[in-house]
Formats: sequence, C-alpha cells, structure tokens
Amino acid sequence: MNAPAPAAGLKPQLFKSDVKPVWCPGCGDYTVLSSVTKALAALEVRPENVAVVSGIGCSSRIPAYTTCYGFHGVHGRALAAATGLKVARPDLTVLAMGGDGDGYSIGGNHFLHACRRNVDLTYIVMDNRVYGMTKGQPSPTTEPDWDSKLAPHGTGLREFHPLVIALASGANFIARATSSDPNGTADLIAQAVRHPGFSFVEVLSPCVTFRPEQRNWKEMVHPAPVAPTDDAARAARRLMTDDGFNIGVLYAGHRKPYRPEMGRPAAEVAELETEFIL
Amino acid sequence: MTAKKKPARKTKRATPARKTAVRAVKRAAKPARAPSAAYADFMVQAYAMENDARDRYTEFAEQMDMHNNPDVARLFRKLARIEGLHAETIVREMGWSKPPARTEAWMWRHSEAPESAAPGDLHYLMQPYQALELALESERRAVSFFSGMTHSTAPVEVKRIAREMAAEEREHVRLIREWLKKFPKPERGWDQDPDPPQQSD
Ligand SMILES: Cc1ncc(C[n+]2csc(CCOP(=O)(O)OP(=O)(O)O)c2C)c(N)n1
Ligand code: SF4
Ligand SMILES: [Mg+2]
Repeated sequence: MNAPAPAAGLKPQLFKSDVKPVWCPGCGDYTVLSSVTKALAALEVRPENVAVVSGIGCSSRIPAYTTCYGFHGVHGRALAAATGLKVARPDLTVLAMGGDGDGYSIGGNHFLHACRRNVDLTYIVMDNRVYGMTKGQPSPTTEPDWDSKLAPHGTGLREFHPLVIALASGANFIARATSSDPNGTADLIAQAVRHPGFSFVEVLSPCVTFRPEQRNWKEMVHPAPVAPTDDAARAARRLMTDDGFNIGVLYAGHRKPYRPEMGRPAAEVAELETEFIL
Repeated sequence: MTAKKKPARKTKRATPARKTAVRAVKRAAKPARAPSAAYADFMVQAYAMENDARDRYTEFAEQMDMHNNPDVARLFRKLARIEGLHAETIVREMGWSKPPARTEAWMWRHSEAPESAAPGDLHYLMQPYQALELALESERRAVSFFSGMTHSTAPVEVKRIAREMAAEEREHVRLIREWLKKFPKPERGWDQDPDPPQQSD
C-alpha cells in the first residue's frame, strides 16, 4: 500500500471533531490536542489517513476529539494496538497517545518493546506525573516526595525516566515538549512523525486539578541547550543529567524501522463481513 | 382609546466590546491601497494574530460551557467576537478577497501569537474579572509586539502601520481596564469548591 499523496492547504480545524473535550479548564491536554491538529495540517495528511490510538485516562480521551480514525483502547495497551495497526496498514500515519500512568505503569512493558521493535509510528505521552482520571494517585513519574492524601509524605520511590528508558530500549527519535508552547509542540510532533521508526514525544502537560503546582512548569521549561544528536552514548549522558525540563529533540537515530513482509491476507475485510450478513 | 405608546428605544450601552467593534468598522472604511510586499507580509502576520486570539477565546468559551460557567463563557465569546472583527477589518482594509491562507502555527514557531491568552491559566471556577485580566495581559503583549516593530529595521510603511496598531492595542488596554471596573474582584477562596474533585480518604 502506498502512502497517500500530500494534501496541501489543510487547516488544523479540519482535524477537530464536534465532540467537546471534558478536560478541566487549564489542563495541558487541550494544548496537546491543538498541537496535534496543527502538526497534522502541516504534515499535509488527511484525517482519514491518520489513526489516533489511545489507552485509558484523561489524556487517552483524545481520539474522540479528532476527526481521524480513533481507537480508545484498553488501559496500557495503546502501543500494542498501534503497532498491529501500523504493521497491517503501513500507509496510515499512526499516533499512539496517552498518559504517564497508561504508558509507564500498566503499559510499561509495551513501551519497552515498542521502542525495541521500532515500528514507524509516533508515541505521544501527556505526562502530568499523576493518575488524573482516577483522582490523583502517584504514577511512575511522580516525584518521591510528592505528598498527597493517597500517598502521605510521598511514595519514597525513585521516579521512572521515560526518555532514558526509551533510548536504552531502542527508540529512534526522542523529544520533550511542553503544553505551554502549543506551536513548539506542534513542530516537535511533526518532526517525530516525519522521522522513520518509533518516535517518542514526552509532553509536559499539567494536571491543574490534582497537581496545581504544575502550573509553574511554564516558568521552568527551557530550550535544550544542545543540538539533537544521533550518537546514543552522548544522548544517554545528556539524558541522565537532564533536569527534566529541557525542551526539544534530544535524540534522532538512524535505525531501520521494523516492517515485516506482509503476505497475502488470509481474507479480505469484505469476506470477513459476509459472515455477519443476516 | 389612546394610541399605543411606542416603547422608548433602548439606548445601546457603549460597552468596550461595542466601542472596539465600531472602531474596527471605521478602520475598514479606509480605502485599500496597493501594498508593498513587506507591508502585506506584516498585515498577514497581524491578521494571524487576531485570528489566533479569536480561536483561543472560542476554545476558552467552550471549556467554560462544558464546566457550567456561563458568565465567563459569555465573556470569552464576546472577546472572541471582538478579535474576529479585528481580523475581518484587516481583510477588508487590505482588499483581500478571502483571508490569507498562510496564517497557521508556523508563523509563531516556538512562541505564541502575542495576543493569544495562555491556555494554562484557566480555572473552572474563575470569574469574569479574571477572564478580563487574562485579556488585559494579552492586549499588553500585543502593544509590546507592535511597539517593538516600530523600533525595528522594518520598512517605513511597516513601522507606520505598526505604530497605528500599537496605538489601537493601547486603546484596547484602556477599554479593558474600564470594563474591569464593572466586575467585582474575586474574593479570597474563590477557587474553593464545596464539592471538590479531590480524592477522599
Ligand atoms: C486495567 C485497568 N486498570 C486500572 C484502570 C483504572 N485507571 C483508569 S485511568 C488510570 C490511570 C490514568 O493515568 P494516566 O495514564 O497518567 O492518565 P491521565 O488521567 O493522568 O491523563 C487508571 C489506573 C483501568 N481503567 N483499567
Ligand atoms: S483531572 Fe487533571 S489530567 Fe484530568 S482533565 Fe483534569 S486537569 Fe487534566
Ligand atoms: Mg497522568
């Protein structure tokens, strides 16, 4: 299947559905939605040639808010579904999206292997360092001393470093974005989609309800002081000493994407459907 | 039988929204000129700025609708309408048959259009006063943006229109300040929700 021809002159609005988001006003996820629509317009792909696949969480509601094909799947399994879809339909632009809980807790194992497999898709994590949807439990990226009713005095557990883990597991493109810069985030998402293989964009996206202090993130983020590197060892050193607020492309490698030879399908969709015709 | 008395015509209150709308129409009445490329480019940018601000306020209004905050939703919608009028004025003034296409995100790469209010500053319990404070900040950024152009190395005709626009944005700052006087400042604890979303023990 060939990639569809570019469609110039698309407006971001074309990618927004009529379903209005139920996110809390001020939630970073609004910006991520807006950035995705801007990126897709700039990439000149039509909504029907894009699939947005998610898990469960506030952030994972995003497919419904776009006019692309969407799959609001099972908690932690966005990457499994997205990988299958991209392998079966390499002509589609596939975005897997979700939260830090979805992607790094219950979906952590899928994350490692999606990086390792390097299928040509883009994974966008809206990281708010909390389980927003289920009312504020700590997630793997939560700071050890974040004090809350559910984890008095904090969990005391060392936080997970998604970018380092992505690099060690083989992701081909690693970037960090911030919801306080919608256009910069759109640019990073567009670069991630263009880059062959598994691209990972971690977006710092505040949960203003359960972590209101994250409203200050907009004062803490700063452009990464160094140019992107294709040297994994150098990227590893940078990411290990990263302050968590460097914004930009942090690694862009050259691994060949995994694209298995597809034999003739066992059955066409139309044939499968005949079974269900009454 | 006495003749029915015609009801007295309601005089329209000169709200800041209405005043800016009138100004916008007045500017549109100026004859369209044959612009230089630099001037046209600048106006595309000015158009994009108003357009982005309109879209942003519309999104804010929708968020407030969703969270049952009709007063603030109404106010954001009004602000969106004002920005939309400014955008339309630019189109008319430039004699464009349709709005310019090249207006999306990329113009403000790694920054926001100066007049777009920050999306992270909303709160579901916010009050009209706070919504206007957001708008005031945005107008102030627009003033700095256009004033900055007047000190740049831009061609003379661009500096002239930038000066005009800076003056207009300054007028918007003044109008919003006036508008702010009509709303009470939120009291301490305005964000206390009697039925909070917090997790109970
Ligand atoms: C199998 C399964 N386990 C647990 C849950 C409950 N659950 C729903 S969303 C969620 C965490 C969401 O956190 P995150 O992915 O960070 O998304 P956010 O809401 O913060 O955007 C959990 C644990 C579930 N829906 N399914
Ligand atoms: S609970 Fe947090 S993550 Fe969920 S919509 Fe509200 S602000 Fe966003
Ligand atoms: Mg989360």
